[in-house]
Amino acid sequence: MYAWWWRVLPGPWWVRALLSALVAAGVVLLCFTVVFPAIADHLAINDGTVDGQ
Amino acid sequence: MRRAVSVVGELLVTAGVLTLLFVVWQLHWTDLTSGRAQAATVSSLEQRWERTDPTPTAAPSQQPAEQPADPPVDPVAVPGVGQPFAILHVPRFAADYAVPVVEGTGTEELKDGIGHYTRTVMPGQVGNFAVAGHRVTYGKPFHQVAELRDGDAVVVQTATQWLTYRVRSHEIVRPQQVSVIAPVPDQPGAAPTQAWLTMTACHPMHSARQRYVVHALLESVRDRADGPPDSLAPPAG
Repeated sequence: MYAWWWRVLPGPWWVRALLSALVAAGVVLLCFTVVFPAIADHLAINDGTVDGQ
Repeated sequence: MRRAVSVVGELLVTAGVLTLLFVVWQLHWTDLTSGRAQAATVSSLEQRWERTDPTPTAAPSQQPAEQPADPPVDPVAVPGVGQPFAILHVPRFAADYAVPVVEGTGTEELKDGIGHYTRTVMPGQVGNFAVAGHRVTYGKPFHQVAELRDGDAVVVQTATQWLTYRVRSHEIVRPQQVSVIAPVPDQPGAAPTQAWLTMTACHPMHSARQRYVVHALLESVRDRADGPPDSLAPPAG
């Protein structure tokens, strides 16, 4: 998978590395702002309220 | 076949890295961002309260030095859900510990501070002023809740007053045990005659299996104009 990714990227090794870093940063950003908050609301490992239901 | 195995392997490694990333986000990132936002809420509340002139206290009478009676509790208007309306100080946690109390105990409210159970009374009133807070993540305002000892001060700062509560007891209960936030804690149905404060947090840490609950009783009331109370001093020992 990652070997394929490296092959399809254009340019010399440092351009590929830079592009990969940018994509990785984008994935992390998406996780931190959208994916993780949505998951966390369903996990509730930190729920501290008492509730009769 | 070899290729498929290698792809599956890489996917598994990626999933592992993302899971670790989630843990870092949940335990540290939410702490950082929520902690910062909560500190900003505290400053803006303090600024707003300072702008409104404190009610002038009656001219000092010439009576002999007698222990002055506490002023009556100023009623706090019930705010909209999500609105901050008080600041909680717990000297046992830290000398400068100050976290906003917001109305409501939903997921979103608890990211913004300590949440007030909407079905319980407002601060200082006879009954039970019950609040919930995160023990880990999102600023973790109740991280050290298990360090509270009987007699420790829990001070609620409202727009006009300082309300000092003293810890009376703690208990560990099931999440369904709502009687801990009854008007008289653990005595559902009983008519309250005293002003209680109850804090709930998850227990054990990083788990939602039980709840750590602390009960405190109102000890003294001080007008803001008279300055911060002595109860804000860090406890000895």
